[in-house]
Amino acid sequence: MSGTTDIPPIDLDAPDVNADVLIVGGGLVGGTLACALAQHGISVAVIDSEDPEALVEEAYDGRSSAIAGACQRVLEGVGIWAHMDSGHQGPGGGVQPILNIRVTDTDSPLHLHYDSDSVGGPMGYMAENRTMRLGILARLDELKDKATLIAPARMADHGREADGVWAVLTDGRRIRAKLMVAADGRGSRVRDAAGIRLVSWPYHQSGIVMTVWHEKDHRGIAHERFLPGGPFAILPLPGGHHSSLVWTEKSRLADHIMDLDDDLFHAELASRFGDFLGEVKVVSKRFCYPLTLQFAPTYIDRRLVLVGDAAHGMHPVAGQGMNFGLRDVAALTERLVEAHRLGLDPGGADVLEAYQRWRRFDNLLMLGLTDGIVRLFSNDIAPLRLARTLGLAAVNKLPGLKTFFMRHAMGDIGRLPKLMQGTGL
Amino acid sequence: MAQAFATTANPDELAKFEAMADSWWDPVGKFKPLHKFNPARIAWVRDAAALHFNRDATTERPFEGLTLLDVGCGGGLLSEPFARLGFKVTGLDAAAKNIAVASLHAERNGLEIDYRCQLVEDLAQTSERFDVVMTMEVVEHVADVDLFLRAAAHLVTPGGMLVGATLNRTLKSLALAKIGAEYVLRWLPRGTHDWRKFVKPSEFAEALRAGGLRVEDLKGMSFDPLMDEWHLSDDLAVNYMLRAIKAE
Repeated sequence: MSGTTDIPPIDLDAPDVNADVLIVGGGLVGGTLACALAQHGISVAVIDSEDPEALVEEAYDGRSSAIAGACQRVLEGVGIWAHMDSGHQGPGGGVQPILNIRVTDTDSPLHLHYDSDSVGGPMGYMAENRTMRLGILARLDELKDKATLIAPARMADHGREADGVWAVLTDGRRIRAKLMVAADGRGSRVRDAAGIRLVSWPYHQSGIVMTVWHEKDHRGIAHERFLPGGPFAILPLPGGHHSSLVWTEKSRLADHIMDLDDDLFHAELASRFGDFLGEVKVVSKRFCYPLTLQFAPTYIDRRLVLVGDAAHGMHPVAGQGMNFGLRDVAALTERLVEAHRLGLDPGGADVLEAYQRWRRFDNLLMLGLTDGIVRLFSNDIAPLRLARTLGLAAVNKLPGLKTFFMRHAMGDIGRLPKLMQGTGL
Repeated sequence: MAQAFATTANPDELAKFEAMADSWWDPVGKFKPLHKFNPARIAWVRDAAALHFNRDATTERPFEGLTLLDVGCGGGLLSEPFARLGFKVTGLDAAAKNIAVASLHAERNGLEIDYRCQLVEDLAQTSERFDVVMTMEVVEHVADVDLFLRAAAHLVTPGGMLVGATLNRTLKSLALAKIGAEYVLRWLPRGTHDWRKFVKPSEFAEALRAGGLRVEDLKGMSFDPLMDEWHLSDDLAVNYMLRAIKAE
């Protein structure tokens, strides 16, 4: 692996793929980055372990993402959104605008109400992860002159040297590039190989995620309830009668809930969900994720950049994981396109340092804010309960503060990359 | 005395750069200030060339079909970017070791650049001419500024342009570029520059006029310590760049 040797084990003078940028991981963040760079004339090779064919055939697996306004502009700007927004609209396809967000505290009559009218346009969108993955695949196919998707594939070995990077796949194929991007998620192997150690702390909380069907139309309203065990979010999906649930509980309790049979699970769920949408049924598998806050102390190394969850992972309470991943994408794209148009090496240290300066501050700020919100709302101590009840009421009464929170949730705070402002590069 | 100035090569200066040649491409080495400097000055030259030759700088290889001569190319820190932008680049340097370093680096990066260890006045004796002649941070190191700039001007094709950059000879440049950069901030090795050899914009322009060029634009460069970046400014007192054209 890199660091242990500077000499490629085999002849790399005639690689099978030669690109400006090698992206390891073709998920939502890596895939969007590939589209963004290829669209601006920077050649990319993307290695992904999942088989694209399987993704197309895959049944409705229940995982969805909230897409903040600024992220929607990125997806639109790089040509992915058009594929997500067209064709089948409804369960299993399309996008759902979030028209309204209602935040409530346990048993409290005071609540926070965000409404799309006060910001002009939807608060954000919900889409199944599968819809986004398919949109990325369709866009990569349109950009195939500049983008090479290598999937399913795994790296056997890789290295980063003064003049470039290389990778050898398990099937023997060889790739050369000027820059390597680690978009391989929380457990990033590329990051580990670079010796970048994560700073992390667990919350002893887990998020149970699933898709439900409900009798009444959700009318595009998202609900976030701060229950004693943690936030409980109901997020509207396309078609009107499906919603995505994010149910946070203390980890020990969450494990217990995951083990319940369908009837008992449903009873636990119904007691939290309520009956405002009529009858409710779970229609997907249940997923359970332990919540941890983690970040890499550095995002760059020689000819290496970390993006998305490989660089920072956060509690999903504010739905900011993908939001911040796409900010990385937009900022890195802007820096690399600038360098490309100056004829500069995309893996040059100055280019990478400029990216790191821009992103690290933003991400640490957001990690801190999200952490503060979670600690405030996941605690059942009486004075804190009072504080948050009053806090919610106060936020609702102060339009400036509310707009700040709203714009933050929509991903509009900080020095925004051009792609997030909806302007071209 | 006239005989002693019949060359632009300054042996002391050449020896200094020969000794540092291995560091050209080390982004945190002795030439780090030049790496930091590069984005702002490349952008300025690129935009000037795009305007002059009516090319769109946001396209792939916008300068395809045009030739560029990089006089005093060093390790090729500017020759390579301009080759990627589509120019057919010729790099000239009086130090053989610079040419060796530049050639090896270009080859490893798959770039075709014609590097030559030659003096500009010797190339001017031939019939070769270039659409763009560029001489960045070089005149302050040559033995005979007038001869050097006249030769460079002579190498520009009619209708072509010359871009140059250097350090002004002012009290501010003595304080910042010499004492500040070499002794206080240690950005540059001590002795990199001799302030007495810095060139005033009027002297630069006069030598080019003698070579048949008309100066069109002068721009300063300033360092922003907060952003750790260089940007263009109207302050010509320290670092400045100049663009001149030759009539058709």
